[in-house]
Amino acid sequence: MEIIMSVIIGFLFMAAVYLMLSRSLLRVIIGTGLLSHGAHLLILTMGGFGGAAPPVLTDGVTDFVDPLPQALILTAIVISFGVTAFFLVMAYRAYQELETDNMTLLKGNDEYD
Amino acid sequence: MVSVLLLFAPVAAALFVPFLARRVSSVHTGWFVLAVPLLLFIYYLGYLPEVSGGNVHIAELPWIPSYGISFVSYIDGLSLLFTLLITGIGSLVVLYSVFYLDKTKERLGNFYVYLLMFMTAMLGVVQSDNVISLYLFWELTSISSFLLIGYWYTRDRSRYGALKSMMITVFGGLMMLGGFILLYLMGGTFSIRELIGMTPELVQSPLFTWSLILVLLGAFTKSAQFPFYIWLPDAMEAPTPVSAYLHSATMVKAGLYLVARFTPIFAASDLWVWLVTSIGVLTLFWGSFFAVKQTDLKGILAFSTVSQLGLIMSLLGAAGAAYHVEGTAETMFKIAGFAAIFHLFNHAAFKGSLFMVAGIVDHEAGTRDIRKLGGLMALMPVSFTIALIGSLSMAGLPPFGGFLSKELFLTGMLSLRNFDLFAPASWGTVLLVVAWIASLFTFIYSLYFVFGTFTGKHKPEELPKNAHEAPAGMLVSPAILAFIVVAVFFIPNVIGKWIVKPAVAAVQPFLFDSPADVDVHVAAWHGGLTPELSMTIGIVAVGLILFWLLPKWQPFYGVVPEALSLNKLYDASMVLAEGGANRLSRSYMGGLIRNYLIYMFTGIVVIVLGSLVAKDAFAIKLDGLTPVGPAEIGLILVLLAAATTTLIARRRLTAIISLGAVGYTVALLFVVFKAPDLALTQLVIETVSVALFLLAFYHLPKMSRHDEKRRFRVGNAIVAGAVGLMMALLAMSSVSQRALPSISEFYKETVHSEAGGGNIVNVILVDYRGFDTLFEIAVLSIAAIGIIGMIRLRLTRKGDGHEKQ
Repeated sequence: MEIIMSVIIGFLFMAAVYLMLSRSLLRVIIGTGLLSHGAHLLILTMGGFGGAAPPVLTDGVTDFVDPLPQALILTAIVISFGVTAFFLVMAYRAYQELETDNMTLLKGNDEYD
Repeated sequence: MVSVLLLFAPVAAALFVPFLARRVSSVHTGWFVLAVPLLLFIYYLGYLPEVSGGNVHIAELPWIPSYGISFVSYIDGLSLLFTLLITGIGSLVVLYSVFYLDKTKERLGNFYVYLLMFMTAMLGVVQSDNVISLYLFWELTSISSFLLIGYWYTRDRSRYGALKSMMITVFGGLMMLGGFILLYLMGGTFSIRELIGMTPELVQSPLFTWSLILVLLGAFTKSAQFPFYIWLPDAMEAPTPVSAYLHSATMVKAGLYLVARFTPIFAASDLWVWLVTSIGVLTLFWGSFFAVKQTDLKGILAFSTVSQLGLIMSLLGAAGAAYHVEGTAETMFKIAGFAAIFHLFNHAAFKGSLFMVAGIVDHEAGTRDIRKLGGLMALMPVSFTIALIGSLSMAGLPPFGGFLSKELFLTGMLSLRNFDLFAPASWGTVLLVVAWIASLFTFIYSLYFVFGTFTGKHKPEELPKNAHEAPAGMLVSPAILAFIVVAVFFIPNVIGKWIVKPAVAAVQPFLFDSPADVDVHVAAWHGGLTPELSMTIGIVAVGLILFWLLPKWQPFYGVVPEALSLNKLYDASMVLAEGGANRLSRSYMGGLIRNYLIYMFTGIVVIVLGSLVAKDAFAIKLDGLTPVGPAEIGLILVLLAAATTTLIARRRLTAIISLGAVGYTVALLFVVFKAPDLALTQLVIETVSVALFLLAFYHLPKMSRHDEKRRFRVGNAIVAGAVGLMMALLAMSSVSQRALPSISEFYKETVHSEAGGGNIVNVILVDYRGFDTLFEIAVLSIAAIGIIGMIRLRLTRKGDGHEKQ
């Protein structure tokens, strides 16, 4: 399972990087979304999938899944959500002010080099 | 201690100069400044008996004791000679500048602050025994020289000259610092005295040659040796007192000082001897050859300075040769050391006076162009006399000091023929011939300088001013120097005993234990026709003929390609460096985020994959893995499909929806992998995110609303594929080589007993690792405040002015 997940993570990263290199700002942000999914799954996979039960104390169960990666991912999800929301509103504002979402046009003015 | 503090006396005095210049405007500020070098000169004269007896005077002021860096004032014959030159000529230059610089038109405060700063720097250079403080003062001379050359900063030529001299001398200074650090690595001390003491060990080190070359680079750039002489002619844009002081008598001799000071160490290498001698002779020839071409009085003197510095440099090289030979040849090379110091002294005297005369002519006739000048002899008889004395001494004629040092120089060059220890024997003869031709040109430009200016036809219509004799105060300093020039001829052995021999003993400690051992006796007449004398007669005879024919052959200098002047090379390299750096940064700093991302991703991939390969870290282990279930397979297929749809979607809406699909699939994967809290959070957050995406999508501007076709870019695909591959390999390798067991056993065991909770993930978040959560809350708050700020704060642009600022 871990090996298959590694391949999936690689695929997600590939898709994310390809989108981040594109010209449309929205696609760049979609790329960052895919990248965080990939990263979260990576953390989970690195923790291993051993263990029979979710990490909640239940009578008679002793073999839990590793809880630490889950706590880390939870933190990461919330942070990446905050950053993504901020980016999206920033992109929205950029559309409003500059009336373009083309990254090539957003590179600034040669005059101010 | 006191003598270390005295080094800083000029700079301390400089603190009061701006105050005096502003408040006491009735008296020329120079009169107050004059006291500083004069008092120092008198004070240092008191050292003469002690030092000429072979004693040295050391004082130390610790600066950074933990690194062994301190200000050490080490006064032996060599540093005393330079100290006296600096303070003595400094006094005369200040006196001259009082009459040269106008009290009302010039910013005297600046001038004297820079000059006093320079004086401290120069005293520090020649008295420092610690190489680090020597370097400190060395750079201070470069900086104060820069400020003085650019004194009239509104002129383009001044700024160009200042910048050029700064670039070249600071380059040399940094090289020299490298040499000093190598010396420290070899010897373990910053003290020059101690380094000299351990010369035999230093020579064994493989770093020795490198430090030799680096220190020489410092000396050659400062002393305007070939090919670094090009800054000196451009430094002539400085006020004439500065040219007289810095660029003839003191600063340009700092390089000579450096060579002389380090001769006891580096002369142990034959490379040093040949390099110093050959470059010196080449510079001597080059400078004297191009001096005849100049039409500006200060230009002639600048090239003449270059040439004479080369002469002294070659003599110092020959003095180093004495390290290697014994017997009769040794006595010949003793003369070279003596000649170097003697000519250094003579040159400071006559070149200072000549510069001052050039300044007087400029001041009183309004131009320094030798083609417009002429026939000033009757109008300016005193200046003419001084110029004649200086020039004839420079040409090497009796009865002036230059004659004696020129004879000694020829002796030194003649003796080089016997020095065939390392190079082909004929090389010494080549040097001798070149030196003789250079002396010939020296003779010609000396006559050209004085007779071109003062004899011939007076052309009052071409002069901006009515030429007349300078005020007496202006003539005092050059007259004193001219008197010294004449006096040296008649009492050479007095000067030799008190000043030259102690310095020679410091330069050639391997020959002499004390100044009394320096058994060189200078005489104007050696009795009979010595080879030196016949060479001088040859110079005079051929020189007179060539000078007579000068108008005939001087135009041929126009034929000599300008490229030989090396200025073209310097300018071109500056343009190339500037333009090249500009083009280089423009070539990769395009402003497109995509390009920068490509650089970063490529960098990461190269580093990670490179270390995977180099360290042979890739591993894959198939046993002990979790078994694959059908639910996982199904979800993975959905995930792959959703991600692929995101990639190839033509419309943004499709891309956003499929991103949502990816998110929900990840949430389901969390369910499968037994992470209930993650699944909950992921579901909620994915929903909100997709809503936000749709908001941004809805507000797309009309103009770019049409969904352009996504072009497939091979380059992007390669980079993306490489990153994906890297991550997959990395993930496989790390999951296959787990080194340590997880620490989570602790959490599992203590979650109830210690924390009183049942949900381990939640207890970790708020109890075991509560700080993470605290700051994650902070992140969310900041994002929320930031979003409100972005939406609510609308600073409208006021016209277009905001943009154009």
